[in-house]
Amino acid sequence: MSRLTAVLSAVVFGIFLVSCSKNQPVSVTGAGSSFDNPVFTKWFEVYAAVDTNAQFNYQSIGSGAGQKQLLNQTLDFGASDAPMTDDAMAGAPGKILHLPVVAGGVAIIYNLPGGPKLKLDGETLAGIYLGQITKWNDPKITALNPGVSLPGLAIIPIHRSDGSGTTFIFTDYLSVINKQWADSVKKGTAVNWPNVGIGAKGSEGVADEVRQLSGSIGYAELAYANQNKIPYADMKNAAGQFVSPAPDSVSAALATATIPDDFRFSMVNAPGPNAYPISGPSWILIYQNQGGDRGKHLVGFLKWAITDGQKISPTLDYAPLPAELQQRELKLLDTVTY
Amino acid sequence: MNTAETIITRATPGAGRTVIGVSRFGDRAFEWLTLLMAFSIFVLIALIGFELFRGATPAIRKFGWHFLVSGTWNPVDGVFSALPFIFGTLVTSAIALLLAVPLSIATAIFLTELAPLWLRQPLIIFIELLAAIPSVILGFWGSYVMVPWLHIHIYPLLRSTLGFLPFFQGQDSGPCILSAGVILAIMVIPIITSVSREILRSVPGLQREAAYALGATRWEVTRIAVLSYAKRGLFGAVILGLGRALGETMAVTMLIGNVPYIGLSVFKPGQTLASVIANEFTEAITRLHTSALFEVGLVLLGVTLVVNALARLLLITFAGPSVKPQN
Repeated sequence: MSRLTAVLSAVVFGIFLVSCSKNQPVSVTGAGSSFDNPVFTKWFEVYAAVDTNAQFNYQSIGSGAGQKQLLNQTLDFGASDAPMTDDAMAGAPGKILHLPVVAGGVAIIYNLPGGPKLKLDGETLAGIYLGQITKWNDPKITALNPGVSLPGLAIIPIHRSDGSGTTFIFTDYLSVINKQWADSVKKGTAVNWPNVGIGAKGSEGVADEVRQLSGSIGYAELAYANQNKIPYADMKNAAGQFVSPAPDSVSAALATATIPDDFRFSMVNAPGPNAYPISGPSWILIYQNQGGDRGKHLVGFLKWAITDGQKISPTLDYAPLPAELQQRELKLLDTVTY
Repeated sequence: MNTAETIITRATPGAGRTVIGVSRFGDRAFEWLTLLMAFSIFVLIALIGFELFRGATPAIRKFGWHFLVSGTWNPVDGVFSALPFIFGTLVTSAIALLLAVPLSIATAIFLTELAPLWLRQPLIIFIELLAAIPSVILGFWGSYVMVPWLHIHIYPLLRSTLGFLPFFQGQDSGPCILSAGVILAIMVIPIITSVSREILRSVPGLQREAAYALGATRWEVTRIAVLSYAKRGLFGAVILGLGRALGETMAVTMLIGNVPYIGLSVFKPGQTLASVIANEFTEAITRLHTSALFEVGLVLLGVTLVVNALARLLLITFAGPSVKPQN
């Protein structure tokens, strides 16, 4: 018995020595939006070759959770599709910087027999989600889609039951378009939805419900709609054109958006002939004062992501940042203290 | 002299263990260690309750009693009330019990009185297997298989035949209060069946024999001698099932439609105390929202503890302190 204990202790000690002697990579952790999870995964994979001393970990637990954990300082960076409010930042132990890293579109997915391609506009969408437009062959919808035969099926609007940045972008858009929505429901990551339709958890939940329920309509990130091959609508933008969500149309919206110095902005219903109206940026949130080594690796990664990493974004259905915005963000990153 | 022979232990239910004679230090340490373990469970539950209360304090201070009665859940404006969720929890549990209790008690009667011996053990095993299916898997199956089937075949039938009742009016979308009630029924059947079976088994044979002697038929024996004797215990079994139904989270979240709703139609989507926490807790940004969710958790914890304690009490007064599942 004692010999076995001796051998085991020697083995454990040996492992301990070996692990101590190797140079451990610095571990940088972040969490937040599920919207950017695909692009972060790809970026970390590619960046591992650029900076071999850092290891990045990201958990997609949702924008709100990402903001919360950043405030609790359990993470190095957070990711969110909704900007942090002044109230939320007032409770933070330090100044928080918002850095937009991608922009994406929210696709309006639906399930109709025959899978026709639909055109919709903001007022009609608001009417559907307010419960005012209840059937697919309502005159407002048929007026936008001449030549498409729409059934008298009941519309089932599906929303997110959990808090989500996608909901934020969607409700932001409806608040801008429709006054009744802006007064009664307002915008947020979780809102008091009008009493129509059902809620589903996560974008995958919404996609599942839309796929199963004939006559349903929902919203999800463009990447989800493409991956699951669910039909989505062309939306009428502020210039009166019907635009399909795609990296190009989201970039067009981004190009015409006015972006203040703290980079908290909204780009819904952007002007511009090719802009997709239901788009939003996604931010990485960091403290301006980064303690030590991890901060240097994090800022190095961010500088790479904002410039070289943007070439990867369109392959995953995200819109890259325009060059001028990239330069402004690099200047902000230079103000980080260590 | 053997130490063991000098230790006489008298074990009676409820009384402590009396040790007479020499006990070694090891035994005493063992006693204290196990006492500590048992006590720590108490402490754990008390700590959970305390932490929930602490987290809920901002919401309790802001809303007071209105939290339980006002009816609006609005995260943007910061107005919260648990009433829609209390309603949803109660209604889904009631539907579950309505569907499960007749089925479970009938199964228990079948297993104890009527089933041939070769059938008993396999049936018992299948029922226990049903209890072993994880909640998420049942939710998955419910969402992809059961709910579409109900939506296409059963709900229109209900609407056309019983549509005059306010409970079955309105169009459903598949996930709704009734769907959640059905899946909960599936989940509580194993519990109610196995506890009922134990209760019915513990009815003294003398009762049955006396009824037979008086000339009762098979069903009359079951009704008069067994069921009415076991009434209290069966009620306790039902309440145990209710305790499980109240706290069930994942399967309900997938099937209930997630809309805070109060009304009479079971075809509408709803929300329960457990499912609103599952949906909103990780994303609640404002302190008030988080605190309101803590308070929802506190309400749920309180209700579940009370219901389970009540069930245990009923079972103990019926069958004595040693009712446990035996195979």
